[in-house]
Amino acid sequence: MASVTKRFPLRARDFLHAGEASIQVQAFLKTMRLDPGLIRRIAICSYEAEMNAVIHGGNGELEMTLAEDRIVIEVRDEGAGIADIELAMQPGYSTADETAREMGFGAGMGLPNMKTHADELELASAPGRGTRARMIFRRRPPQEKTP
Amino acid sequence: MKLSEIVRELEAVPLTDEDHLELEITRCAGSDLMSDVLARPTEGILLLTGLTSIQTVRTAKIAGVSAVVFVRGKTPPPETIELARTERLPVYASPLSLFVCCGRLHGRGLTGLDGRR
Ligand SMILES: Nc1ncnc2c1ncn2[C@@H]1O[C@H](COP(=O)(O)OP(=O)(O)O)[C@@H](O)[C@H]1O
Ligand SMILES: [Mg+2]
Repeated sequence: MASVTKRFPLRARDFLHAGEASIQVQAFLKTMRLDPGLIRRIAICSYEAEMNAVIHGGNGELEMTLAEDRIVIEVRDEGAGIADIELAMQPGYSTADETAREMGFGAGMGLPNMKTHADELELASAPGRGTRARMIFRRRPPQEKTP
Repeated sequence: MKLSEIVRELEAVPLTDEDHLELEITRCAGSDLMSDVLARPTEGILLLTGLTSIQTVRTAKIAGVSAVVFVRGKTPPPETIELARTERLPVYASPLSLFVCCGRLHGRGLTGLDGRR
């Protein structure tokens, strides 16, 4: 199977549409008949990363790649970036504003949750250079054929 | 517990005309924190919440929540109800507080996310 890539634009502070990309990723993966538990993990991570880009980051893009052995979710934004990644990863650490909190975000659980649910999480960021969250989810190895 | 019984117990009204009343629910969470809903095993649950933004519907969809009851008599904005309709997520509004909703459903045998009560 050739790999499939889908890209969705993200707009900073557009809370009306924030999360739409992840909903579409979830719907697409359902049509591909992936394991429901795997789809749930991917959807959760994708949504948390998308919300982070919209809430804390800037304009950007969400990219999903479905390959034979893995699914990769990459969320990039051109926002202010993160000065201290280790601190940002701490459960409970948040710089979220009132608007984010009113929507039920801003408890500092997003990045830790992404780390828990993804097989691999790579967070690259620097002040003024935007942020890129890349998450890898491995598919179960195909069943070995009995001779 | 059938969703129809839950709705009656919570004196709730449907906000969409979807008919999911035969749905069986065994676990329930009361939360105003969407990050919490996303971090815990919320697949197939009933969510009681006071947050009515459109992100509540998206969170429910992403996490696999089966139905949502908005508590404290809050009426969600039109975009929230509209999205619930297109996503076919059953949503209801109850005039009761989160505390009273939880109490009533606990009394009827619903459990928390880990199956305990
Ligand atoms: N895309 C991003 N751009 C800038 N800062 C970010 C981004 N993602 C996360 N952060 C920073 O990391 C913190 C922790 O993120 P997270 O764990 O998702 O919690 P929360 O979103 O609830 O604040 C955020 O409050 C913010 O300071
Ligand atoms: Mg976050």
